[in-house]
Amino acid sequence: MLDKVIFFFFAGVAILSAALMVTRRNAMHSAVFLITTLLATAGIFLQLRAEFLFVAQIILYVSGIMVLFLFVIMLVRLDVALNQIQFARQKWVALIVTVTLAIQVGILLWSARKLPGDGVLFSAAPAEMLQPNTETLANSLFSAYLLPFEIASVLLLVAMVGAVVMAKKRTTLP
Amino acid sequence: MSPATQALLEFLRSWWVELLSGVVIVAIVPLVAGYVVLVERKVMADMQARLGPMRVGPHGLLQPIADALKLLIKEDIIPDNADKLIFWLAPVISMTAALTSMGAIAFGPSFQVARDINVGLLFIIGISSLGLFGIVLGGWASNSHYSIMGAIRSMAQLVSYETAAGLALISGLLLAGTLRIHGIVEAQEQYGVWFIFLAPIAFFIYVVASIAEINRAPFDLPEADSELVAGYMTEYSGFRWSLYFLGEYANMIVVASVATTLFLGGWLRPFASVRWLSWLDVLPALVTQAVGVYCLIRAGKQPVAVQTKFMWAVALACFALAAILAAPLVGPFRWRFLMRGLHGAFWFLLKVGAYIYLFMWLRFTLPRYRFDQLMGLGWYILIPLGIINIFGVGIAMILESEYGWNRWLALVVTTLVTLGAAFFLLHLNEKRKAAASSAIAVAKEAVAGDIYAG
Amino acid sequence: MMPAGYYLFLSFALFLIGAIGVITRRNVIVVLMSIELILNAVNINLVAFSRIFGDVAGQVFALFIIADAAAEAAVGLGIIIAFFRNRETVFADEMDLLKW
Repeated sequence: MLDKVIFFFFAGVAILSAALMVTRRNAMHSAVFLITTLLATAGIFLQLRAEFLFVAQIILYVSGIMVLFLFVIMLVRLDVALNQIQFARQKWVALIVTVTLAIQVGILLWSARKLPGDGVLFSAAPAEMLQPNTETLANSLFSAYLLPFEIASVLLLVAMVGAVVMAKKRTTLP
Repeated sequence: MSPATQALLEFLRSWWVELLSGVVIVAIVPLVAGYVVLVERKVMADMQARLGPMRVGPHGLLQPIADALKLLIKEDIIPDNADKLIFWLAPVISMTAALTSMGAIAFGPSFQVARDINVGLLFIIGISSLGLFGIVLGGWASNSHYSIMGAIRSMAQLVSYETAAGLALISGLLLAGTLRIHGIVEAQEQYGVWFIFLAPIAFFIYVVASIAEINRAPFDLPEADSELVAGYMTEYSGFRWSLYFLGEYANMIVVASVATTLFLGGWLRPFASVRWLSWLDVLPALVTQAVGVYCLIRAGKQPVAVQTKFMWAVALACFALAAILAAPLVGPFRWRFLMRGLHGAFWFLLKVGAYIYLFMWLRFTLPRYRFDQLMGLGWYILIPLGIINIFGVGIAMILESEYGWNRWLALVVTTLVTLGAAFFLLHLNEKRKAAASSAIAVAKEAVAGDIYAG
Repeated sequence: MMPAGYYLFLSFALFLIGAIGVITRRNVIVVLMSIELILNAVNINLVAFSRIFGDVAGQVFALFIIADAAAEAAVGLGIIIAFFRNRETVFADEMDLLKW
């Protein structure tokens, strides 16, 4: 019962903040609503008993990536942007495409009811049989997935260098 | 009764201890933070050879209450073009992050709101890093130059020193082997020494980084009065400002608790695993007794009558506390959990108090860092040193387990190597600063002759 | 643990909202934020199914997606800053230097 309440709370917050995020005129408000969406996603991870991912999401996504976004929003002048049109000219085409996609996936999920067993509503083993999440994740990260781990670190280094190079001011003297 | 009510009662029945502790934290921590402010003012006065607040209540002890009342009834000013939603939200985020991260701190072996989370330490670090948004959004929403500059500087500083603090904590976690708070303290009990002696450089990095994390002097450029008129807090007044302020002091307690748990042995008494020193268990009661006796002696020498009565009351309270602390040692109350609980809380609070005293000491002794010096210290010195320290501690552990070296020899050798690397980093930093200033000098000379340049 | 369909639905709803944001908004920063929303929706899906099948590979993949999103956000925001310095705009249809 507690599981259900937590899931519906976080899912509701996530969907509501996401909807608010895409429709705000002020980019700072959008950023704040994205922060709430990310925190709600972290809550869903916690509800799925993935506590390391919960903390990793908060530290990396919310405290890292959103700080980047806030920096850039503060550097870019917003007062001019507030009075302009927010939605592109192709918004109706976009909505039609999205609704089509939604209908397709809806049909997919509906016809999955005919799968053997519970259909798409199958459930997992109860939580008491789980191993501690951090240890399991760390074990597999450093043994089976070591190569992607190293590649990810090289990727982050490349991204750091690239971002610094691109955002640097050109300081040439006259 | 309906299943919803039944489920609610079931929830309350199994979680009432945690809920009660949460309510206690939210109710008590602001009061405690207020008294930490008073202690800071008294310590500041002591270091500046004066007396501090003495008027409001005996020895100024009602000063926090007076301050709280004043802040509550002050006028709530919102700047003209401020973003009202975010202006309201920012101090709330700051305070909420600080109080929520207190939930995972274990003040003793049995005082913890969130019992034994598998990722306890990481939870505290993660949630307390959410307080950054309180600062950033507050500075931006105030719609004022000083605020935005303070917010941007503070954001850059916090993010950099969070990385450095995390790297320092990883060195300690390598030794502990687990992220659970109870597991970390038990690991220190098993090793027999506190981790500050096994990883001193990590402790030093964590001290410096934690001072920068909570925006305290000498790293308090974003909120310094003489620099940015209180920075991101400029436009906040009354209750909102008090939320920021209390959030900062609550953060101080959180950071001190993390350092105490990981490096100073948590709730263990000194020499916790040495059996023949278990007579040290009388120390809490003895220390409290000594404080009570001191209060009695000084009571006769007070100039004002109310202060004499007050010192007698304090002495009585100290004797009562000494009796409570001595109770698990004697006779019929020899309950082991009581001993561990009470004495553990005493030692933990003593260590946290010592750490916070260190913060205050540094605040009133060292001058403020300039912003580029601050960022240089974080990125050029602390983060490389943190990484090298992780290597050092890891190599020491491998030398001990795989090659059979003596643990202390391995750790001393790697600490010396890391110290050598630290001096090398400082030397590189000097060269970099010399190169940068000579580049500026060359550039200035290039345009010095031509008066129409630039 | 809720039945899997609930997580699928949540993940798809977030994905749709993110997709609408990417296609419809003019402000490039909001487009980037919607991309982050899409990545999060995928993360929820991965972690839910990792829990269902008991395989930790889903969570490892989700962790890599988070790291990847950080790299991409950094580079994307660097591009936006560089572009803003040149053209003083953050709107997608005003970035039309390469149009004929």
